[in-house]
Amino acid sequence: MSALKPKHQRLVLVLLALVALVGAGLLAAYALRSQASYFYLPEQMLADPPEVGQAVRLGGMVEEGSLQTAPDGITLTFAVAGNDGSRVPVRFSGIAPDLFVEGSGVVAEGRLGADGTFVADNLLAKHDENYVPRELQEMEQHQAAKMAEETTVGLE
Amino acid sequence: MIAELGLAALWLAAALAALQMIAGFMAVHDDGKSELAGLIRPAAIVQGVLVTLSFGMLVWLFAITDLSVKLVASNSHSMKPLIFKLSGSFGNHEGSMLLWVMVMGLAGALIALVERRLPERTMNATLAAQGVVALGFYAFLLLSSNPFERMPNPPAEGMGLNPLLQDIGLVFHPPTLYLGYVGLSVAFSFAVGALLTRQVTPDFARAMRPWVLGAWVLLTIGITAGSYWAYYELGWGGWWFWDPVENASLMPWLAATALLHSASVLASRDALRTWTIMLGVVAFSMSMVGTFLVRSGILTSVHAFAVDPERGTFILVLLGIFIGGALLLFAMRANTINEGQRFALASREGALVFNNVMLSAILAIVLLGTLYPLLTEAFDVRVSVGPPYFNPVGAIFTIPMLAVMAVGPLLRWRQDRVDRIGKEIALFAALVLAALILFSLLAEVALLPLLGLALGLGLAVASLLPLRGRKLSRTPLATWGMVAAHFGIAVTLIGMASESAFTEERLAAVAEGGSATVGPWTVVLQGVEPVAGPNWTAIEGRLAASYNGGEAKVLTPQARNFWAPLQQTTESALVTRWNGQLYAVVGDRAPDGRWQLRLWWKPFVTLIWYGGLLVAFGGVLALIGRLLSDLRHRRLAARIAERRADREAVA
Repeated sequence: MSALKPKHQRLVLVLLALVALVGAGLLAAYALRSQASYFYLPEQMLADPPEVGQAVRLGGMVEEGSLQTAPDGITLTFAVAGNDGSRVPVRFSGIAPDLFVEGSGVVAEGRLGADGTFVADNLLAKHDENYVPRELQEMEQHQAAKMAEETTVGLE
Repeated sequence: MIAELGLAALWLAAALAALQMIAGFMAVHDDGKSELAGLIRPAAIVQGVLVTLSFGMLVWLFAITDLSVKLVASNSHSMKPLIFKLSGSFGNHEGSMLLWVMVMGLAGALIALVERRLPERTMNATLAAQGVVALGFYAFLLLSSNPFERMPNPPAEGMGLNPLLQDIGLVFHPPTLYLGYVGLSVAFSFAVGALLTRQVTPDFARAMRPWVLGAWVLLTIGITAGSYWAYYELGWGGWWFWDPVENASLMPWLAATALLHSASVLASRDALRTWTIMLGVVAFSMSMVGTFLVRSGILTSVHAFAVDPERGTFILVLLGIFIGGALLLFAMRANTINEGQRFALASREGALVFNNVMLSAILAIVLLGTLYPLLTEAFDVRVSVGPPYFNPVGAIFTIPMLAVMAVGPLLRWRQDRVDRIGKEIALFAALVLAALILFSLLAEVALLPLLGLALGLGLAVASLLPLRGRKLSRTPLATWGMVAAHFGIAVTLIGMASESAFTEERLAAVAEGGSATVGPWTVVLQGVEPVAGPNWTAIEGRLAASYNGGEAKVLTPQARNFWAPLQQTTESALVTRWNGQLYAVVGDRAPDGRWQLRLWWKPFVTLIWYGGLLVAFGGVLALIGRLLSDLRHRRLAARIAERRADREAVA
């Protein structure tokens, strides 16, 4: 490359950088389409289920009376209910987040099993009033507003 | 009174930033003839003092828990330990932005005080650019996030600080990251200054380099500390989550790493002029994008404490003005900057260019992955992007980068032959291949960790090769710094790969007196007791952990309940050995009275953070080396000038 004129060397460098960056961009676009994990509501998951084994997220309310601990003491089973009465059974092994209770909102990260049970690797529940998973935020807007009201008594 | 004093100091500092900007641009315009030019440096210095005073007032307000100030009332609590009261002053949106402008003001003052290498006109342009950036942030603070706002009816008690943030990690983590971001703003100002006066010279790179190095060191420390904080405080056993906020700190680091290397080429070889300028603009843009992502609340995250669309818009507008303006200037001026020195493909410059391009590609991948959920949300599709995207796609560019990084420092400047360093390349390749074969035969390891282990081991050896055949006592500090930093990258890489390849996890429900095993460890649950701290109560498990049947160590993981604000956190407990860490978390009580335990054995996980610190240490060595040689040059120049003056006086 040393034989090239200065102007040309700069051009070659710019072209190489561009090729690499455009390559990175295309690769990213391709990978994002296949690797991003999509968010499902229970009714969507029933109507149009994702492929078995694909990483997705499921969000909804933990159905009252559905939460059970398996005999091994670490596996939780519960159902996530949608707005129209649809429900998806969920199995989760691990330590549930602190504010995970029946009747609260939850986002489960995991994949749909072959038997129709959603196997969660991770549960996201509300941490506190400042950190709410985005999907939950809208689901429990009125609840959040109420909570904010309660916690700001005495301020302003 | 204290609050008013702080606010007044802030307004005055903003006025001085405006003065610095106007005087600076006028001086650039009329070549320093205007009398205002003499005001630029003093304005920058006094501004630094005033904004420091303002921040000091805020810290004071937090120390005495003055609840009539809204920020204190909503983020502090009289019963919090003093250290967390103080760190609470920047553990919130307004306080952290004030910290940001303080550091920026101090940086501006420091340049104004000590930087005399560059032509005065370029200096004026640089300080003017610094004024523009600072003014934007002052406006942001004063107009939309006033930290000193009073409340008409002070509450009896404050609301407290998010318990996750009540940790010694928080005391250091945000300030180091901010110092890093701001260091990049100085690099940005230098780049704009040089672009305005078309003085893109090795001197410019030398003036900018310590700032980039310093920013890079602080970002490295900040990211390392943040990663360790997330690891032990969040209780999920992971050390990197590809969380948008983590990405927000990683992107400036990638850009700063690239800038650091290209500035080195410019300083020593006078090549890569426009590329360095471009990276200077990009590095600060990434800091701004990071701030925008975190502060606007557009992405939810543990860190996004202020969710306020108005502020998000404000930062977005600032971002548009600064970055758009700089890119426009770049587009208009880039053609008029003369071409620097040429170099062959097989040369140290060539290797550095290759790695710069790879770093930029990784940066693009992280940026796209971080922004993609925002993009799809506009079309009402909710996605989240995590390790299945970032790890493999990032690796495609990281692996060639690491390979070139192993041998690049052995190449000579300007022109070299690859076959001259054939032996070293063969050594590196042999090491990597041997490790690949060994690990794939011995254990079942996934592809990426396997590659990471092999490349890490090869790189660890190759990174020391530049010292071979040199007299160690006469090797410049900057070279030692490079070797240490590259070796640190290898160490971190080995830690990461080992963690993901060999981690063993065990989840069990254990009755009191029962035990569980994970890897070589046997853990006995001796008991579970309630304990209390200054502002929390907790359930504490007492675990006795023994390694391969050796002497038992006691761990006490907790599930804590804070009451101000009401929140529960998981406190993990760790046992560190030279070859890894045992990580224990206690969870809920199962209906039959057993306790949930989650245990991890993570071989060599600590190398991740030791490596990060080593990288930062290398940066510090290089920085000291550069500053010392700079001082030597100055002294030499002064002596030459003196002698010349003497000779002229004699003549």
